[in-house]
Amino acid sequence: MALKFKTRNSKLLRAAQLLFITALAIAFLGADTDARFNMLGHKLMCMCGCGQVLLECNHVGCAYSDRMRNELTAAMERGDNDSLVLQSFVQKYGNTVLSAPTTTGFNRVAWIMPFAVFAAALALTVWLVRLWKSRAVAQPVGPAKLNEPELDELRKKARQETEF
Amino acid sequence: MPQIGSFSLLLALALAAYSFLAGAWALNRKDDRLGETARRAGIACWAAVTVASLALVMAAFGNDFSVAYILHHSNRDLPIAYKFAALWSGQEGSLLFWAWLLSSYALVLRLRYKVDPQLFAYASAIIAAVQVFFLLLVNFAAHPFGLVSGQIPPDGNGLNPLLQYPEMVIHPPMLYLGYVGVTVPFAFALGALIMKYPGEKWIHITRRWTMVAWLFLTCGIFLGAHWAYEVLGWGGYWGWDPVENASLLPWLTMTAFLHSVMMQEKRGMMKMWNMWLIFTTFLLAIFGTFLTRSGVVSSVHAFAQSGIGIWFVWFLALAFATCVFFFVRNRDTLKSEHRLESLVSRESSFLFNNLVLLVACFAVLWGTLFPVLSEWVTGSKVTVGPPFFNRVNVPIGLFLLFLTGVGPLLAWRQTSFDRVKRNFVIPTAVAVVTAIALMIGGMKPWQDSAYFYSLMALSLAALVAATLAGEFWRGGRVIARQTGTNVFSGMVTITRRNTRRYGGYLVHFGVVLIIIGFAGLPFNQDKEQEMGFGDKMQIAGYTLVCQSYTQDDKPNYSSEWAVIDVYKNGKQIDTMYPERRFYKASEQTATIVANRSRLNQDLYLVYAGKNPDTGKPIIKAHVNPLVAWIWIGVHIVLIGTIVALFPSMKPQKLTEKQKEREAAAEEAERRGAVGVGGD
Repeated sequence: MALKFKTRNSKLLRAAQLLFITALAIAFLGADTDARFNMLGHKLMCMCGCGQVLLECNHVGCAYSDRMRNELTAAMERGDNDSLVLQSFVQKYGNTVLSAPTTTGFNRVAWIMPFAVFAAALALTVWLVRLWKSRAVAQPVGPAKLNEPELDELRKKARQETEF
Repeated sequence: MPQIGSFSLLLALALAAYSFLAGAWALNRKDDRLGETARRAGIACWAAVTVASLALVMAAFGNDFSVAYILHHSNRDLPIAYKFAALWSGQEGSLLFWAWLLSSYALVLRLRYKVDPQLFAYASAIIAAVQVFFLLLVNFAAHPFGLVSGQIPPDGNGLNPLLQYPEMVIHPPMLYLGYVGVTVPFAFALGALIMKYPGEKWIHITRRWTMVAWLFLTCGIFLGAHWAYEVLGWGGYWGWDPVENASLLPWLTMTAFLHSVMMQEKRGMMKMWNMWLIFTTFLLAIFGTFLTRSGVVSSVHAFAQSGIGIWFVWFLALAFATCVFFFVRNRDTLKSEHRLESLVSRESSFLFNNLVLLVACFAVLWGTLFPVLSEWVTGSKVTVGPPFFNRVNVPIGLFLLFLTGVGPLLAWRQTSFDRVKRNFVIPTAVAVVTAIALMIGGMKPWQDSAYFYSLMALSLAALVAATLAGEFWRGGRVIARQTGTNVFSGMVTITRRNTRRYGGYLVHFGVVLIIIGFAGLPFNQDKEQEMGFGDKMQIAGYTLVCQSYTQDDKPNYSSEWAVIDVYKNGKQIDTMYPERRFYKASEQTATIVANRSRLNQDLYLVYAGKNPDTGKPIIKAHVNPLVAWIWIGVHIVLIGTIVALFPSMKPQKLTEKQKEREAAAEEAERRGAVGVGGD
């Protein structure tokens, strides 16, 4: 019985793996040259001073963006890989040509910091809530017979806290 | 005019200084008569700044090019509305405009002092101190009435053509009303802290003013986004530019405050946190102004680089030191009355909401300042552009959207697991069904992370919408049972009875629509082509045919435009006129985008220029899905905020029979809506 269950599980696992590989293959087959140009073009800034991503610079006749797009096409046709293409732009135009910090050296801090702060703040919040919760003191049950004004006061408080 | 303006500014400075010093002295010595003179000096200060502002506007209307500011920001043929807008289109004028708005807010506050004379007196003195700073700036660092030396030119340089657009006449005032409006809640909060204000009345007053400032800032931010979309001609509405980011920072902290303040009002919790949220919002508003005007970070639409940055640094330092000093001295008055009792409660959802909003604020600030930090540490500057902000902020935003859906389903104090399970079934099912439907409809989240985020955003938007619809439905049903009307009129009644809660839900619903609009971004398409007579362009199922192209000449500008017929499925559906203008005075060009906006997508045409060799126009076409949802969402957000600002209607006195029905309905409500959570 256990062996049968194990065999069925491994078949399911195989099927899932096959499905995953097929999905990956479809995804990569779809990544054509246009998509690569689009992806790399969005990793670069136009250097004309417009402050826009290379493929979004809308100045017709902008000497920089036309030239840079041509350089990108040429680099792709040469067969350079993505890293080499970007590196060639950095060498020519400097670090500011990249539209986002790299994931090397000090630039790593740019990426890590927001998520580190998020994780730290999340941990701190959970810890604080637990601390407050543990400090909550159980209140003894009050006298069973409350008079009407006292009940009204409690009702008023409940309404204030729930707005109902 | 320049002499009147200069004199008025000096007078305003003297009056603001008196209002601050005499006001502070009167509060210290409990001298009511001196305090009254300080209040009146504050009112007179508004009159003086108004005269100065009018003097500048009159100088623009009268083409007085002896004033350097008018020479640089106006010209004879500029339409009247834009001459008025010249008041805030440059560094000096915009600071004067800032001072005038601050004086106007202060005027309202000083006229309404009877609400709580002592608290208002403190707030008035604090605002006067801020007024002194801005009036010092316009008197000594960025004087708007500086005169031209030598011969006066016959015509001015004109207004930046990008600003010659109707929206630009209202975008800066809205944004400034938001920025400047932050000063009022700051003044109340600091005043309450200094005087150790007993009770929570100050927080009610502060919340209302914060909502007003938030309303204006939201309006200003989205007007700016719409202007960028319609005028800049790059097909987008948000570019994560430092100046845009500067407006987002106080908006995020203000949003956090508007949520966490409910915990203080209802449960007497998070008093210190709220105090610091308001302080931070004010400091960020000033910091944003510093970023825009100091040249610390490079931005395409910052003001000209100038030396006024150091003034802001000192003012920020002083304001921060003042906040810290009074906080340390009087923090005992800010102790919480209750503790949080459970992780699964409305309180903790607000806590996490605050956390996420502040992390988003930090991420934006961090990205904006990282180029400066990188240059300082490594000696090499880097660019932090849209890819960074999108990758960092989109997951944070999605988490926030998830909390927006979850929050209303949790009850105050504690929610049982069973109730959580029961309340989550329908919204979760709606979200899952949405995700499946989108994938069946052709969305492939495994192909690209942008598609994945888009799918997540749409599914979570469905979850939040289902939650909100459920809240309205439950509330409406209870009222309908009470009053014997239908559910929809019940929904209207319950909204009127609890404007704050249901107005808040409307705001959240508007945010959902905005998120739907953002989710279309990864599916944008664009194409650029030279188009002569009869030339065709195919994009996203549309066929664009150039019918003709021509040019025109007007006093202020000359223009070129194309006439493009739009076909879909072989049938003509529209004709569009993308245009490009050349403004004579400033010798700059600007695009006038032709946009065919529909709920499913925008067809957005830009007359990008003319090929000098062939003389044919170059047309750039964008097809941007779902953008219209953003603008619809913003309107809902504004309506929701206005609803929340209105006081709630009190239920009418009930007859005995109605009382019985009410009691029965309340019982049902407790089992339904209240158990789910009440705002």
